[in-house]
Amino acid sequence: MSGVSVTKDVQDAAGAADDLVVLSNVNKHFGALHVLQDIDLSIARGEVVVVIGPSGSGKSTLCRTINRLETIDSGTITLDGKELPSEGKELARLRADVGMVFQSFNLFAHKTVLQNVMLGQLKVRKTDQAAAHAKALSLLERVGVASQADKYPAQLSGGQQQRVAIARALAMEPKVMLFDEPTSALDPEMINEVLEVMQQLASEGMTMVVVTHEMGFARSAANRVVFMADGKIVEEATPEQFFSNPRSDRAKDFLSKILHH
Amino acid sequence: MFDFLTSGQYDVLGAFWVTVQLTLYSAIGSLIWGILLAGMRVSPVPLMRAFGTAYVNTVRNTPLTLLILGCSLGLYQTLGINLGGDTSKEAGFRLAVLGLIAYTGTFVCEALRSGINTVPVGQAEAARALGLSFFQVLRLIVLPQAFRAVVGPLANVLIALTKNTTVAATIGVAEAALLMKEMLENEADALFAVFGVFALGFVLLTLPTGLLLGWVAKRVAVKR
Ligand SMILES: Nc1ncnc2c1ncn2[C@@H]1O[C@H](COP(=O)(O)OP(=O)(O)O)[C@@H](O)[C@H]1O
Ligand SMILES: [Mg+2]
Repeated sequence: MSGVSVTKDVQDAAGAADDLVVLSNVNKHFGALHVLQDIDLSIARGEVVVVIGPSGSGKSTLCRTINRLETIDSGTITLDGKELPSEGKELARLRADVGMVFQSFNLFAHKTVLQNVMLGQLKVRKTDQAAAHAKALSLLERVGVASQADKYPAQLSGGQQQRVAIARALAMEPKVMLFDEPTSALDPEMINEVLEVMQQLASEGMTMVVVTHEMGFARSAANRVVFMADGKIVEEATPEQFFSNPRSDRAKDFLSKILHH
Repeated sequence: MFDFLTSGQYDVLGAFWVTVQLTLYSAIGSLIWGILLAGMRVSPVPLMRAFGTAYVNTVRNTPLTLLILGCSLGLYQTLGINLGGDTSKEAGFRLAVLGLIAYTGTFVCEALRSGINTVPVGQAEAARALGLSFFQVLRLIVLPQAFRAVVGPLANVLIALTKNTTVAATIGVAEAALLMKEMLENEADALFAVFGVFALGFVLLTLPTGLLLGWVAKRVAVKR
């Protein structure tokens, strides 16, 4: 494809013009387990989608297929109009455009906080040392852990580590950020400091897919809630609709469990 | 009783110097070869994995004497491969280093592989998610952490290598064990003294290695 004046309509084959991530008819198995079943999901530029659902329903797998940490068996996934490449350099380039934040932070244990945030800039984006350093510091400032820049991850609290992980992903200037239960491994008193950073990102217009059970976050930051069960998307609604008036029985059942514990 | 040391007839220090050189060259080579083998064994390419596994399992279970003799008889005397060593003495040294690398590399590989297993999958996943290539993930994230976890086991490999250099005597490399054999024949009355001197020599070589690397292991350990 040449980059010359392709009209929006032509590009459109994969979905609406402003859809950044489009999954269509995606299926995946783990052996006999059909973990993703005919998933159709479009995420618009700037949209914040919260994915919610019982444990084992395939939320993490869904997230991980978007940057191809998991392969899919059939269907297509496109990012910014282009189908995900399967191997090599192309795939690496795609991943650089998709930020990912894990439940267990996964900061590089042998590198300092600052080095964690600089690594991708230096080795993938080929930014020069000084610029990478400056950017890392300003991102650490933004997530409120600049004072910890020279420490190793193990010396930080969980909440601090997760904020560094967000800074590390942001340093790549991703088009979309994926969060897989970013606060589930945190002590309760640290959850808010991470959610605040995410909230701010959302308000700045970042496109986000967030697997979380934090209803406060979903209500205040999400444009849409996607409810998954047994590998299927069972229900999609605005947070307001979903939490106050879920349509499916699966969702009602699930909400009753997480609301009254 | 220790006259043999001062008689000027034997160059004990010279022989140990050859042992040190054998150890050094083989250690560097084994480290590189071991890293390559470990890279193959964790590679996503099935053919490379198969080669790595087959090589390690074959060579690691072959007696070192056989490998070194094979290098000398097979490569040098039959095929004429001298690895650029002009005299047969030089060729013997180089062939011994080759045999030692081929053998010790498998132990470095297996030590590293157990180190790689101590690195949580999340580390490599986070690195891949940033857009690093397979080799970058290995070089920048996985191997550095794996190495830190296996400094102790690698020290053991180095100590074993130092002692294994004595096998080079079988193809006539003038290292410590060959000189010892010669001295034992000539100085039968000082048998235990000769043994003692060489045993001490090896302890002096290996003990500091163990202590130093033990200290390093503690310093570089990755905290999780
Ligand atoms: N690598 C894997 N191999 C086999 N089964 C897996 C793997 N990863 C996840 N699963 C299974 O797939 C299902 C969905 O997992 P996951 O996507 O992690 O669910 P969720 O994040 O919603 O809890 C679970 O039953 C889980 O056991
Ligand atoms: Mg999950």
